[in-house]
Amino acid sequence: MVGQNGRRVAIIAGCRTPFAKSGTVLKDLSAVELARLATRELLTRSEIPPAKVDQVIFGQVIPSVLAPNVAREVSLLPQFPRTVPAFSLNRACASSGQAVADAYDQIALGQADVIIAGGTESLSDIPILHSKRFAELLVQASRARTLGKRVATLAKVRPRDLVPVTPAIAEPSTGETMGQSAEKMAKENGITRQAQDEYALRSHRLAAQGTADGRLTSEIAPVFVPPTYDAVVADNGIRADSSLEQLAALKPAFDRRYGSVTAGNASPLTDGASAVLVMSDEAARALGYTPLAFVRSYAVAAVDPGAQLLMGPGYAVPTALERAGIAWKDLGLVEMHEAFASQVLSNIQAFESDMWAREHLGRSERIGEVDWEALNVMGGSIAIGHPFAATGGRIVTTLANEMRRRNVQFGLISVCAQGGMGFAMVLERM
Amino acid sequence: MDAEGRTGALTTAVEDGVAVVTLDLPGESVNKFSRAVRDEFRTTFTALQGDAAVRAIVITSGKQDVFLAGADIEEFVALRTVEEARRLSRDGQAMLDRIADSPKPVVAAIHGVCVGGGLELVLACHYRVATDHPKTVLASPEVQLGIIPGAGGCVRLPRLVGLRAALEMILTGKNVRAAKALKTGLVDELVPPAILRQVAVRAARRLADGPVRRKRRGGLRGWFFDRSALGQAIVLQRARAMTRKRTARHYPAPLAALDAIRYCLASGREQGLEHEAELFSRMAMTDVSRRLVEVFFATTALKKDPGVPPPAPSPRPVAQLAILGAGFMGSGIAAVAAAQAAVPVRLKDADLPRVSSGLKALAGIVDERVRRRSITRREAARQLALVSGGVDYAGFHAADLVIEAVFEDLDVKRQVLREVEAVARPGCVFASNTSTISISRIAEASTRPQTVVGMHFFSPVHRMPLLEVVVGERTAAETTVTAVAFGRRLGKTVIVVRDRPGFFVNRILAPYINEAGRLLMEGVPIPVIDRAMTGWGFPVGPVTLLDEVGLDVAAKAGHVMQEAFGGRLAQSCNLDALVADRRLGRKNGRGFFLYRAGKKSDPDPSVYGILGVTPAAPPVDDAPIAERLAFAMLNEAARALEEGVVAQPRDGDIGALFGIGFPAFRGGPFRTLDALGARAAVDTLARLAATHGDRFAPAASLVALAEHGGRFYPSNR
Repeated sequence: MVGQNGRRVAIIAGCRTPFAKSGTVLKDLSAVELARLATRELLTRSEIPPAKVDQVIFGQVIPSVLAPNVAREVSLLPQFPRTVPAFSLNRACASSGQAVADAYDQIALGQADVIIAGGTESLSDIPILHSKRFAELLVQASRARTLGKRVATLAKVRPRDLVPVTPAIAEPSTGETMGQSAEKMAKENGITRQAQDEYALRSHRLAAQGTADGRLTSEIAPVFVPPTYDAVVADNGIRADSSLEQLAALKPAFDRRYGSVTAGNASPLTDGASAVLVMSDEAARALGYTPLAFVRSYAVAAVDPGAQLLMGPGYAVPTALERAGIAWKDLGLVEMHEAFASQVLSNIQAFESDMWAREHLGRSERIGEVDWEALNVMGGSIAIGHPFAATGGRIVTTLANEMRRRNVQFGLISVCAQGGMGFAMVLERM
Repeated sequence: MDAEGRTGALTTAVEDGVAVVTLDLPGESVNKFSRAVRDEFRTTFTALQGDAAVRAIVITSGKQDVFLAGADIEEFVALRTVEEARRLSRDGQAMLDRIADSPKPVVAAIHGVCVGGGLELVLACHYRVATDHPKTVLASPEVQLGIIPGAGGCVRLPRLVGLRAALEMILTGKNVRAAKALKTGLVDELVPPAILRQVAVRAARRLADGPVRRKRRGGLRGWFFDRSALGQAIVLQRARAMTRKRTARHYPAPLAALDAIRYCLASGREQGLEHEAELFSRMAMTDVSRRLVEVFFATTALKKDPGVPPPAPSPRPVAQLAILGAGFMGSGIAAVAAAQAAVPVRLKDADLPRVSSGLKALAGIVDERVRRRSITRREAARQLALVSGGVDYAGFHAADLVIEAVFEDLDVKRQVLREVEAVARPGCVFASNTSTISISRIAEASTRPQTVVGMHFFSPVHRMPLLEVVVGERTAAETTVTAVAFGRRLGKTVIVVRDRPGFFVNRILAPYINEAGRLLMEGVPIPVIDRAMTGWGFPVGPVTLLDEVGLDVAAKAGHVMQEAFGGRLAQSCNLDALVADRRLGRKNGRGFFLYRAGKKSDPDPSVYGILGVTPAAPPVDDAPIAERLAFAMLNEAARALEEGVVAQPRDGDIGALFGIGFPAFRGGPFRTLDALGARAAVDTLARLAATHGDRFAPAASLVALAEHGGRFYPSNR
């Protein structure tokens, strides 16, 4: 579909770092460094002259206070001229999906021709905060005029003030952690432990296939990690040898007695970054690129975080399809972000339910029926990992590449996000 | 110059009682202290002294990033007698005395390069404001030209910054950056460039209002060593001992500078200046100074030489570099490209572990610079971000220049050339960093041989200043100038050489190394051979050099040279046997020498056994040894020039100086032969040939020069 003022927006190429479980092989790289590495490799592989890039947009969910605008750190890579503007955004786990969506908006509106959009996250490098009282005392001490006053102020520090505050992945508005929300959804929607484990197994099996046949690895930039500069070339969460028995043996993580969400059927904490090269159709032609796919539409939605937190896609997907002017049955491929197996299965339940559509969307008919042969054909976040803000860029790249391989006309992206938000995007090929 | 002899270099603007004198030499990119400029300064100053509206004076520069680059070196080389040199020095001193003695305060407002006579000018001022800009450097580089400061520098610098800091500047000629200049008291204030003039004018006004007290730095310890007679004596004695050890045998200027400084500290300004002029004039007339100045001119001229005969095409811009081979050379080239040319680099090798070790080696080079504080962490991060690694040809299509540093084998090089041409753009230059293989033969595998050239770097790349650009039979001029221009962007001194085995540097090195091997096989002990050549002026002797280069590398090069040139360059000593004994030199800690914890120690006595010789007693005189080694090299240099390996003697001299460490005070092989005279050189070679064999038969060009009393360099200058 043509943008509002007539400009089509193309996905040209994408690239990401390997996704590595937090605290493992990528732990010594900051989110900024990961973002720069993914972008640098995207520049090299796509051969886009850096001076042609009009803007850089990056998502990061847990930014560093030392480099709050990660996008600008990326656009200050020495490969770029110093004059490429950049902004960072946060739409939680949909952040790099949103970065691509923003690139689409800006290009469609004629504000830019070439944009690099991406996302990055290092969950090995999250900010650990001091207690409020300790922070206040430090500020007071730094303002003290005499050494005596400074010592006196610091003497007020008590041991409990020194206990650091670690940010939890919890909803500020409800205090519920993401895992608890997934647990609640499993119970309320009747998603069994076995269904979740089977889904997780499918994710690992397909991701292992995609890695073995090179479809996933071709999107990955090897990262040489200082100080040894040993190469990290593949995602380290994918388990080709996983089995239902192994998954069934894991203990529920959020409700020891009646729970069904385990470390095995949830996405792990992950480090990584992704970057996508987005262009106007004219720019692509002028620079001699063949687009992988075009953005046809996107939509975002939000639900009450106190209800079922991760049901956002149920609202965003029908809107995106409507804006695209197509129906679910027109989709040749669907890429859903897998925060939890219970969330994916709950979303699918909603997509396929007439009743849910009537009650929640005011529509007479369900959104559509999922074709399992076209869903997450190379696995998803449960196996590959989920560096929050990097996942959207990964999915856009994987979907666009697979659409080209299979010569599919329409593809859908769906991402659930913190705060009860949902994100959906439709890609199309000529 | 107008009728009254004015150059128009000075303009004066009076604002609020302060005259701002701006030095801006018309038609030149830098300010120089020529006679005409000095005269104009004198006239201007006389006028300002008589101008009642002027209470104080500020001197500044109108050039971008240059305050004053020192004396006009053309005037210096025109000096013919000691008396002329003394007059030049006295003339400069007198002019600066007028500034120092001016009743109206004079303030220097310094931005950019301020060296030599420029430094002496600001030393004579009453107050110095400098910018905190990286381009602002102050230095006293006279000893590097074999002379000493001759316009009051020896007198004023120790008084201003203290003895130790002054010695460091004058004896080494090293650049002092703004921050350090402030710390030593060389400048009084540092300000951003935008307010330099404003602050200098304000300082001038303040000085005109009354004396400004200045804090002396360094505390009691500083006072003792820098200002007290006893402390100064200790410092001077130590400096003398160190200087003697380092340079005194061949370079008289640092000792003369020490003498001048000592004398100036002990006596008043007048006598001090007289003595300084005396020593300056003596140094100015030494052969050493002549040679060093010639080298300075040669390097300056080389920097402007496009590398091909006119009309030279423009070099192609290099915005992307790709390097094949992430070994020691490849990673070194990548490090230099990121640091000096700030160009994005893709480093490719066959497998990930090799790329890893290449990137690690590169990070080691960058980190070392951070440790030595020559770059900041931020700058290091920027350099590292420029270099990415990979195992495929991604990034090669966008490259303007590909440098291969893969295994030294013709078939391997041809293979990678074909692979690169399959992915690279048609205009991309392919440069081979080979040291032993013919560029023309590599280019036989090319579909566009006009774009194939040699870029022979020396190891370690980030330390060695020389680059040989090797022109193959079919290399296009545009390719050559592109390689030369990029080599210069890497900060290298570039010479263009013909595609003959060994190119230039290794060509003249081969007979020298062979002769060292012969001496070894004759039973001359290792330390004696090395001592003879360090005594002749080389930084290290030939046997140490072998260990540094690597015995395997030297053996391979030796075979190539023997194959190409036959008996004359036949290998003399069985390096293969040493390599078979796993002796590769410094890199594996086993060679002619023993290594303890990475440090070279004594010669390894077991080497003699492997070579099957018994070391003889050390000879009484090193001179015959040095003669054989030196003449082997000098004679080969003449042959290489005959064959057109270098286009002119200048390039050969610079190649030997920067590639081998040929003694700078000798000016290079061709300068050395000219100083000896072709006749004497031919006679010596004939005598050596009679005693030691035909390999010493004098080169045809030397014989020809001897017949009509000619020289390699046309004039005496």
